Order: sequence, then structure tokens, then C-alpha cells
Amino acid sequence: MNAISHKVECVGRRRLVLGLFAAGFAALVWRAMDLQVFNQDFFQVQGDARHLRVVALAAHRGMILDRNGEPLAVSTPVDSVWANPQELATAREYWPALAKLLGLDPDQMRRQLEARSGREFVYLKRHVDPTIAAQVRALGAPGVALQREYRRYYPDGEVAAQVLGFTDVDDVGQEGLELAYEDWLRGEAGAKRVVKDGKHRIIENVESISAARPGRDLVLSIDRRIQYLAYRELKSAVQQHKARSGSVVVLDTATGEVLAMVNQPSYNPNNRARWHASTLRNRAVTDLFEPGSTLKPFTIAAALESGQYRPDTPVETTPGFYRVGVNMVRDVHNYGPLDVTGVIRKSSNVGSSKIALSLDKQLFWSVLNRLGFGSPTASGFPGEASGLLVNYRRWRPIEVATLSFGYGLSVTPLQLAQAYSVLAADGELRPVSFLKADKAPRAERVLSARTSREVRWMLEEAVGPEGTAPAARVAGYRVGGKTGTVRKSIAGGYADDRYLAVFSGVAPTSRPRLSVVVMINEPNNGHYYGGKVAAPVFSAVMAGALRFLNVAPDALPLDDMPDEAPAPLPGGVQRVALGGRQ
Amino acid sequence: MKAPGLLLPLLVITVIASALGDVYSKHQSRKLFVALQDMEANRDEMNIEWGQLQLEQSTWATHGRVEELAREQLKMTLPLQDDVVIVRP
Repeated sequence: MNAISHKVECVGRRRLVLGLFAAGFAALVWRAMDLQVFNQDFFQVQGDARHLRVVALAAHRGMILDRNGEPLAVSTPVDSVWANPQELATAREYWPALAKLLGLDPDQMRRQLEARSGREFVYLKRHVDPTIAAQVRALGAPGVALQREYRRYYPDGEVAAQVLGFTDVDDVGQEGLELAYEDWLRGEAGAKRVVKDGKHRIIENVESISAARPGRDLVLSIDRRIQYLAYRELKSAVQQHKARSGSVVVLDTATGEVLAMVNQPSYNPNNRARWHASTLRNRAVTDLFEPGSTLKPFTIAAALESGQYRPDTPVETTPGFYRVGVNMVRDVHNYGPLDVTGVIRKSSNVGSSKIALSLDKQLFWSVLNRLGFGSPTASGFPGEASGLLVNYRRWRPIEVATLSFGYGLSVTPLQLAQAYSVLAADGELRPVSFLKADKAPRAERVLSARTSREVRWMLEEAVGPEGTAPAARVAGYRVGGKTGTVRKSIAGGYADDRYLAVFSGVAPTSRPRLSVVVMINEPNNGHYYGGKVAAPVFSAVMAGALRFLNVAPDALPLDDMPDEAPAPLPGGVQRVALGGRQ
Repeated sequence: MKAPGLLLPLLVITVIASALGDVYSKHQSRKLFVALQDMEANRDEMNIEWGQLQLEQSTWATHGRVEELAREQLKMTLPLQDDVVIVRP
């Protein structure tokens, strides 16, 4: 009985245990079914959302190089420190060390983190030094991580600041060529799928979604050597003459490439702390001015194109003033009887007015229009000004007269350099470009070759001993150019004491290679004549640029060499003195 | 009627082989992907270094600095006009 009851009891227990096991198993199977089958989608998504992450692959912005392949703007990687405030809030003991390391004010950092305590992402500091980034990583504060970003550096600093422009904190172009060629320079960030653990560490790379495409390099037409030279000369002239601002443009007349473009005042693009809006502008393409006498060569070009004038046609400028309606055009002196060449040499307003008034208005206008005045150049520079050239249908006689010596229209230094490059290129206009050209672009004929050459000879006279700008000469080369001393227009007329000193010219005149414009705004230290202020800058820039480009001198005084030459040099080498400029 | 008897094990073996092949190729692809990532990281690292070296070089070779060194340390000057000799072919 005892044995039987024991057996019964055993059977009961066994059933109970088995039953419990069966129930437990059924529950497990049910739960497994629930997880694996019924709610599979939901949990899959949730699981992936927690661990599978798509991370961006930062792409490098292309470099900007000068025409010889030297870097002008380079992006280098830096790290930005960010935090998940929710996680960092649990480890307040790290805060003071973190603030100290990043050079932040501890109170401000605390306020910032508390204000954003509901978020999952906040930048603590962007663009830190690699050494600091390594220290942050070593500190190991929870919820703090580094993000790879790029920062732009400009080795030449202020020298090419306005032309290159700059990028913002995300390395996106904001100004200048950085903005104009944003699409070309910008890299495309890639993406990959990774598995991350609870501490945001990548534990497995799953797949590549798209590869990062680095930005392409941009090769500019700028020559870093000429750029530096022009900048140095402009800066010293602006300082010497206490001028407000200034610009220099150097164009290659064979290709229309911009070899140098500099402005004063400038700024250091690597140090964003001390920026002034007024220094950011690329004045050489955004600022308009009345070109004054530097426009006269184009008045003369129109006169020669008309067939009514030849370089030796006499022009009477006595008595030094000329009445046009109720207005009076005046010369500085009474130059007496001149010819067309003399009008340029002496820069006679009376002469150019008389010539312009005798021309067909439409012809005069169309010459100026085809030279590019009144319309933006092909440079594509952001914010380029188009200038103003009033249509000939609205010209009154006095306007024709003032236009002939460069008042009543406005141009940018780049437009003026482009127009002079037409004279240099035997009458052909090539589109201005900031990019290095592999071959010369298609040119458009604007003036006849003969007119251009004749005007060029006249420009050579203007820098001769009789002309207005002997200071523009370059030893060993034939140079042609024109000064301009422009009274600045102010509300209600023209100022008596505020001037622009301009010089614009080409060299070597026998086969021109370069067109240079120098514009100095409000020189304020005694001198204000273009021939005194701007011409020396022109001469220095032109001399250096011709040497850099290995242009052969075309004005060697071989003929007046003394018979008894110094000791003969080997190998047919002749000693040639490049005198002529004291 | 021998065929069905053989077919079944054959199919089982094929299925298992293909499953193993799948696992293997997936493993390979992950390994290659990781290797690719390493190499890309390596490439980026080198690109970065190159950029930094270029930057360093161009900073040392800034025209202003070269000019200053030439003038002050090496006492160099531009040749005077009378010192220039031009070689005519």
C-alpha cells in the first residue's frame, strides 16, 4: 500500500513536471513564433535602427592650383568634437577636463549642454588641432566623439584673398572662385552601412552604399609669382600714397587669361577673426569707376576706324578750352596745334572731344560696346559688375565730348584690361578667363589690325619723354600705355580734391604679351597724377612679369652701341646695356 | 527504380554545398570589403599627408619669405641694368 501510494504519487508528480515542462516549452515556442514570425518586421527594423547605421564618408574638396601647379587653396582634415548630451549628462565629472581641453568656458559649456539635454547631437567645438583631438579621444568621456571635417588653408594668405574667396565652416564656397566653381571643387560624400555597438564604435562594415568622390582640382590661370609681385607693388604704392584702395589686373593678351589680380586693402583668409566686409570684395571686378583719360585710346581707335582720321591728321587744341553748348572742356595747358598722335601723347581733352564730336555716334558707341564696355566679361566671377555705357540714341553733344575722355561711363579694372588687350592682340577680343587655357580661345575681331597697331604706337609715345608717363617705361622693352587722373564723382558733381590715379598699358608693343591696369583710389599724399602714382607700379609689375614669362626684350639699344665694345664674351654673346631709365 | 534513391542524397548534398558556398562567399565578400576599407583609409591618410606636406612646402616657399631670406641672409640683389648680358642666337 505504501509502495502503491508511493508509485501513484510518483506518477502524479511526473505528470505535473512533464506538464510544466510542456507548458514552458509551449510558451517558449509561442514566444519564438511571436518574435520570429508575427512581429518579425517590427523587431528587425528596431534592431537595425539600433545597430545598423549608415555613416557618411567625408569627401575631400579639390585643391586650387596656380598655372604652374602650385597650391593656392588646400583642404586638410581636422576633427570636430561633438557630444550626445544625454550620455554626457551621466558623466559630469568629465566636464571640467573637457572644457579645459577644448578651451571653452566651463559655465558656458554647461549651459549649452543643459539647454540641449533633450538632443542627441551637439557640437562642442569644430575644427580642433589634431593633437587636441587625440587628447579628447584619450580622455574617453562617454557620449563624446570626433567627426572628420575639412578646413581650407590658403598658403598665400592676403595676396590672392579676394580672387580665391573662401569657404564656410562646412567647406562650401562662399565667395570668389571658391563659389564660382563650387560644383567642380566639391567632393561628393559617400555612404556605407556599418554595425555599431552600444558605444557607437563601428564593429563591422556591412556594405558600401556609394563611394566618396573627392572634389576635382581647379587649375587657375593665375601665376603665383606675378600675383605676389603685383600685390607687393600695389601694397607699397597704396601705403606710400596713403590711398584708400587699389587694384592691379594682369592679363595675358594672347589667351585672355588673368595672370594676376590683386586688391588693397586685403585680408588674411586663414584668420577669420579679423575680417572687414569692405576688404572681402574683389574690387578689380566689382568696383566701377570712370576711366578718364585711359579711355582716350578707344576714342582714337573709333576715329581711325571711321576713316576720317589718320595718326597724323592735324587737330587744333588752341586755346586750351573748347565750348560745347553751355559747357566748357578744358585742357591742363594750351597744347596748341597737335595731330591725332599728339592728342594721346599730351592727353588733350579738347582734342579728343573735337574728334569724338566729328564721328558718327553709332560708330563710336559700337566700338566701345564691342570692346566690352557696359557688359560683364566672360570671367564668370560672382558679383561682377557690368559697368555702364549709355546708348548712343540718348547722347547729347556734351556727353559725347566727356565720353571721349572717359567720363559718363563706368568700367571695372578688369574691363579696362580686357579692352587694352584688344589693342595688344591686333584688334581681337578673347574672353577673359580665370582658368588655365590649354589653347587660345576663339577670338572675335573688334578693331582692324591696322587701327590697333597705330593706337599702340601712339600709346608708346605717351610713355615717351614727351608724354604724360615716362615713369611707366620698362628697361629693354617697348611699352605703350595711357595715364588717367580721374576726378571722383560725388553727389551733385565732381570732387575737387578726390582723385583716382589710373594707368593702363601693354608690352612689349612690337608683339604684346601682357595688358596691365593699375588703379589707385584717392591717393592722399601730395601726388595724385596717374603718371606719378600708378605708372611706377605698372612699370615694376610689367618688368617683373615680362621677366617671369621669359619674354624677349624688343628694345635693345643695339644701334647706338659704342664701337669699342668691352672685352668680347665667348660664344657670340653680346653685351647689351639695358640703360634708358634712370 | 534506382534513380530516386540516389537523387535525394544528391540533392541534399547539393543544397548543403550551395549553402556552404553562400556562407563562404559572403564571408569572402565581407573580408574583401574590410580590406578595401583599410586600403581606402590608407589612401586617404596618404592623401592627407600629401596635402599637408604641400601646404607646408608652399608655406616655406612663400614669395615674401624667399625674398626676405634672399635679401637679408644671402645679400642678393636684382642685377643692375648694366650687368645684364643678353645672348643673341
